[in-house]
Amino acid sequence: MSPRLEWRVATLAGVRQETPTALTLLLDVPGWPGHVPGQHVDVRLTDEDGYSTQRSYSLAAPADGDRVELTVQRVKGGEVSEYLTDTFSVGDPVELRGPVGGWFVWHPSRTAPVLLVAGGSGIVPLMAMIRARRQARSRAPFRLIHSVRSPSDQYYASELRRATRDEGGLDIATVYTRSAPTGSARPPRRIGPADLELYGWPPQFEPTCYVCGPTGFVEKVANTLVGLGHDPRRIRTERFGPTGD
Amino acid sequence: MGIVSPGFRRRRRDDDVQLPPGQYLTEDFPVLSAGPTPNIPLDRWEFVIASETGQEYRWTWDELQELPAEEPTVDIHCVTKWSKLGTSWRGVSLDLLMEDVETTADYALAHSYGGYTTNLPLEDLLDGKAWIVYEYEGSELAPQHGGPARLLVPHLYFWKSAKWVRGLQLQEFDELGFWESVGYHDYGDPWREQRYAGD
Ligand SMILES: Cc1cc2nc3c(=O)[nH]c(=O)nc-3n(C[C@H](O)[C@H](O)[C@H](O)COP(=O)(O)OP(=O)(O)OC[C@H]3O[C@@H](n4cnc5c(N)ncnc54)[C@H](O)[C@@H]3O)c2cc1C
Repeated sequence: MSPRLEWRVATLAGVRQETPTALTLLLDVPGWPGHVPGQHVDVRLTDEDGYSTQRSYSLAAPADGDRVELTVQRVKGGEVSEYLTDTFSVGDPVELRGPVGGWFVWHPSRTAPVLLVAGGSGIVPLMAMIRARRQARSRAPFRLIHSVRSPSDQYYASELRRATRDEGGLDIATVYTRSAPTGSARPPRRIGPADLELYGWPPQFEPTCYVCGPTGFVEKVANTLVGLGHDPRRIRTERFGPTGD
Repeated sequence: MGIVSPGFRRRRRDDDVQLPPGQYLTEDFPVLSAGPTPNIPLDRWEFVIASETGQEYRWTWDELQELPAEEPTVDIHCVTKWSKLGTSWRGVSLDLLMEDVETTADYALAHSYGGYTTNLPLEDLLDGKAWIVYEYEGSELAPQHGGPARLLVPHLYFWKSAKWVRGLQLQEFDELGFWESVGYHDYGDPWREQRYAGD
């Protein structure tokens, strides 16, 4: 019998604005047991009347002692995401438990090529993998395809720019669905087979594929990868929510 | 009880309904799967119950359709926290499929097209508690929701309701399924909030 995942009280130590609508929360969690990139936590909020509600948030960075990072995309009208991005302040407590999930994970000891495909905030657990790769000085060939609405919706933009410059074997492509940067050759449109062929790995390279984002996005990308010849058993998916880009 | 989150105010008003702890109400039908949605041609589809002695009981798609159907309307609860009330389905009761199966097994491991598995005590599949369903809200079950046919075991977290179900292996011991072997609860009762191993 495994021990129960206990609720822990975390304290907000700082924040980083990632996009106009997404915020990284730097949390101190005394006694945090560590985690594997790709895992998530459950966050629980409670109001003064005792009403409480839970949501899942991916861990954005590899384990670092008691420090845990989450990146939360503000969903309009969202009960939890609006609280975490608008009201929750440095020094405030929040309850969380984890780490959760042992399937949508990447172990830095793996050497096989990896394809990461993210829609919007779906990049969060994939960023933990990219950061873990750097930390472990892994040379596993990595490709990230990130689908975002517009240039201002790019998460972790400067860190990813530096990473492609400094870290051998990491390629990053951004595809835009609503508005592309001026001068870009690809008109804004939803991700399709041509993007996955151009920026991904050929199926013969047998990459492990991690696809994360809104349900519709994940459904479409995973099906397209199968259509391109990728073995379904090498495609791992994580679906964040009902709607979105 | 949890500590109060400073400044947190309830937005959702689900108070007229009783939900399992930690769940919230949704009107959408979100999707949770570990991988891509498999494509299963109906002329090759079959459902197989294999007993602990190795005896097999098989149904083709047409044979399943010819069996008397039931139309359960049930509440469903996903471990990712959403609950959906009053969903209506059409399919065949497992009581009917198990009628002629000779077994003394206590457990079942459900297998799906695409390789997914989930484990349940056999008694949780009997006595009007479980179905093989192929229609959702009056239409054929969409592939991303488990079509052509899925298991429906609404009193447990929805991952136990294996999508794209292909068969049941009956056995005397409890063998962990896919999510159960990566940290999710062996049994998964939403009313006791059995999300993760040890809960
Ligand atoms: C395993 C897992 C990991 C996740 N990781 C992250 C993460 O790292 N970062 C992150 O920001 N979110 C993540 N999510 C989504 C997160 O759990 C919440 O669903 C999201 O923050 C919305 O919650 P809310 O309370 O703000 O909105 P709610 O009050 O629950 O919903 C308000 C409205 O927004 C819609 N909605 C709900 N979820 C989403 C969504 N994801 N996108 C768009 N619309 C939505 C609802 O249908 C509803 O109409 C993850 C989800 C899962 C299952």
